[in-house]
Amino acid sequence: MTVPHPDLGHGPNRDRNHDPDHGPTPDPLVLDGTELSSRLIMGTGGLSSLHTLEQALEASGTELTTVALRRYAPGQGDSLFALLERNDIRILPNTAGCYTARDALLTAELGREALETDWVKLEVIADEDTLLPDVVELLDATEQLVARGFTVFAYTSDDPAVARRLEDLGAAAVMPLGAPIGTGLGILNPHNIELIASRASVPVVLDAGIGTASEAALAMELGCDAVLLASAVTRAQDPVAMATAMRHAVAAGRLAARAGRIPARRHAHASSPMAGRIDTDAPDAGAADVPRGDWAPVGERP
Amino acid sequence: MTAITLNGRPHVVPEEATVVDLVAETVGRSLGPDGAPLDGGRLGVAVAVDAAVVPRSRWRRTPVAEGQAVEIITAVQGG
Repeated sequence: MTVPHPDLGHGPNRDRNHDPDHGPTPDPLVLDGTELSSRLIMGTGGLSSLHTLEQALEASGTELTTVALRRYAPGQGDSLFALLERNDIRILPNTAGCYTARDALLTAELGREALETDWVKLEVIADEDTLLPDVVELLDATEQLVARGFTVFAYTSDDPAVARRLEDLGAAAVMPLGAPIGTGLGILNPHNIELIASRASVPVVLDAGIGTASEAALAMELGCDAVLLASAVTRAQDPVAMATAMRHAVAAGRLAARAGRIPARRHAHASSPMAGRIDTDAPDAGAADVPRGDWAPVGERP
Repeated sequence: MTAITLNGRPHVVPEEATVVDLVAETVGRSLGPDGAPLDGGRLGVAVAVDAAVVPRSRWRRTPVAEGQAVEIITAVQGG
């Protein structure tokens, strides 16, 4: 398989803030025709300090963040909106807290009206213990929102069949969970995530369940186009440090996924040449004396 | 006076108040006829009356009627 090779000549060049001498990033995330240089999408929930949130968002390098829609409370909403605007971060309103397609539709319409965007992260939850997606309502809501002109980012289960159906219904991106929201359990079914990513023709965003940086990197290595996370950063002991870690993890995972990893093998494979070794006192220590493992050679395994 | 429910709580507005008046009162900013803030910033709120979205362009023409449930929502941290 030929692995598409990004232009790596500029070194770590995703950082538009610290790498001003180099041109546009060569490997953008394209969502609904919009190019983003960061493949990390951040949620904004979980931090009581807006100041820390702002620092964490900046450290993450994100260019797209989710927000929830709730009743206006004086002195509350303006500051988050202003924070995102002054940091030039796009807003992706979600339908968190909706249990039916009907609720999700109304919330999406309100988000479009309030935030002047057709983009919506569609979340339809089955119950509050698991917060797992109700895929029946989700498919219904996706179809209706697409018909109303929304760009739907569908938060879904890690079921490849459902992911395919969402794509067929016109979802702009499919966002399977790694694990239930806020659990930090990582990616419970890597095989399914890889299957979803390999079959999708729309961007796949690993959404929910990430606990630490290696899991974000794994999501990208499995073929996801982006990672969406909130709690892993906002509830970390040091949110800004974790945001930095996630930024690097997503970038590293993306590079690794495109670099063409070596196949896993059971036997060691020396990286130093055997020829030209220095002489030892045994003049003819035959190869037969070298202890060997008792596994079948790679390629001859059952 | 007209008694309504605003964001789940009882509320009264003057007779002949429209949605734009109610939004301006709630957010504490002056709004133009098109619903845009006169201070030049973005408003970032949306309105539903009896579970139906009222687009900003219609706020001025939409009277608030006795007994209606009005929701004024905005972006908060989440997701």
